[in-house]
Amino acid sequence: MSAVAITRGGPGSLPATGGLVELSGVNKHFGALHVLQDVNLSIARGEVVVVIGPSGSGKSTLCRTINRLETVDSGTITIDGRELPSEGRALARLRSDVGMVFQSFNLFAHKTVLENVVLGQVKVRRTDKATAERKARDLLDRVGVGSQADKYPAQLSGGQQQRVAIARALAMDPKVMLFDEPTSALDPEMINEVLEVMQQLAREGMTMVVVTHEMGFARSAADRVVFMADGRIVEEATPEEFFGNPRSDRAKDFLSKILKH
Amino acid sequence: MFDFLHNPQYDVLGAFWTTVQLALWSAAGSLVWGTVLAGMRVSPVPLMRAFGTAYVNVVRNTPLTLLIIACSLGLGQTLGVTLGGGTFDQTGFRLAVLGFAAYTGTFVCEALRSGINTVPPGQAEAARALGLSFFQVLTLVVLPQAFRAVIAPLANVLIALTKNTTVASAIGVAEASLLMKEMIENEADALFAVFAVFAFGFTVLTLPTGLLLGWTAKRMAVKR
Ligand SMILES: Nc1ncnc2c1ncn2[C@@H]1O[C@H](COP(=O)(O)OP(=O)(O)OP(=O)(O)O)[C@@H](O)[C@H]1O
Ligand SMILES: [Mg+2]
Repeated sequence: MSAVAITRGGPGSLPATGGLVELSGVNKHFGALHVLQDVNLSIARGEVVVVIGPSGSGKSTLCRTINRLETVDSGTITIDGRELPSEGRALARLRSDVGMVFQSFNLFAHKTVLENVVLGQVKVRRTDKATAERKARDLLDRVGVGSQADKYPAQLSGGQQQRVAIARALAMDPKVMLFDEPTSALDPEMINEVLEVMQQLAREGMTMVVVTHEMGFARSAADRVVFMADGRIVEEATPEEFFGNPRSDRAKDFLSKILKH
Repeated sequence: MFDFLHNPQYDVLGAFWTTVQLALWSAAGSLVWGTVLAGMRVSPVPLMRAFGTAYVNVVRNTPLTLLIIACSLGLGQTLGVTLGGGTFDQTGFRLAVLGFAAYTGTFVCEALRSGINTVPPGQAEAARALGLSFFQVLTLVVLPQAFRAVIAPLANVLIALTKNTTVASAIGVAEASLLMKEMIENEADALFAVFAVFAFGFTVLTLPTGLLLGWTAKRMAVKR
């Protein structure tokens, strides 16, 4: 991967005054299931937070509440000091500032790779088409799929599709990027090409929330590891602390299971 | 046997041309109206959803003849709606198109809704995550994929519509079946020849619709 900058800002280019993303007292139920239990989390500008935890612990739900793909029952979530609006244009505008990358890529199947990256710029940001295409090609080059611009998503490998999805999110100049298990649907040989793009983003100072089981990525790129179990944040620590010396039994148990393989 | 075709009293081509126009205008109207209805039925606004559901269930289950006559007698003669038609014939034609669109729109809506269900939810989610509005998500991402998935069922709806246009004869629109009735009365000795001519005419109209849309469906299918 070349060392071209993907984002505009660098680390520390903006003072970290309060959290860029703040969750306080967030609760969420799915019927009787209490999926998020009094979650408090503050993510500083430029910080890379890796969220790990057993299946069903609420990691995806946490991620999705940050751009309100899931509503919350109580508590507040603010992005850059502003509380999440509940509906309509204001919510759409806020979502455009929060990039999201899904486990299953979710590229628009009826649009070419280029059109996928152009769509949001033109329809949400009202960028003119020529500028948007230039930026899209630039981003596609940077994530290493520039030559695939005119193909349809189904013609690309999973790793390529996920890199396009990252470019599509970056095209909106988001303030924060959310990744929900971005490599879990990929064949092993494709995982690294996606992780490299994410590593580079992290180095360039992008604020990131990453749900992942890739411990290598967590160790090398994360500023902080958040461990979730049963809808609660059980432990928060630097990667060295967390992997070297987990405090809670849940975390010890979880790590012993995943680090064996 | 087919002598009646040369009788200047019968304008068979003219009558079929009226059928074609009825079918085309009604098809356009029902595609637009059906799309709007489908939009309502998946919208987050409960009132719109309720209206869409109620409308589809009532209109779809009403006999078409009743709807067409209601348009003609109720809207046209009682309320004086002419839809800008100058002559009696023009008004009848336009009211018939209105009735067909109102009715066929419900079938288009239901076909589209089944198409919307074939679009993985992740598509709409990714679109929402980019900051697109509900309307944009629907028109830019979901409906274009839904349409491609339902071209074949839509072809069936359009073929049924073409044949349903014969109901317009009930309010005196001079389309093919009205002429057929007239010919049956006058040419009783060539009854089967008359049937054959009109059956052939309708086949000529509907067969290409099915073939063309079947071909389009294959070409446009969204690969996943
Ligand atoms: N839309 C939904 N309706 C009902 N229950 C849901 C829904 N989405 C998630 N859940 C439940 O909420 C719990 C938390 O789900 P979530 O997807 O957040 O877990 P996760 O930590 O991301 O798990 P995984 O590692 O398997 O992705 C699970 O028990 C799940 O079954
Ligand atoms: Mg998950």
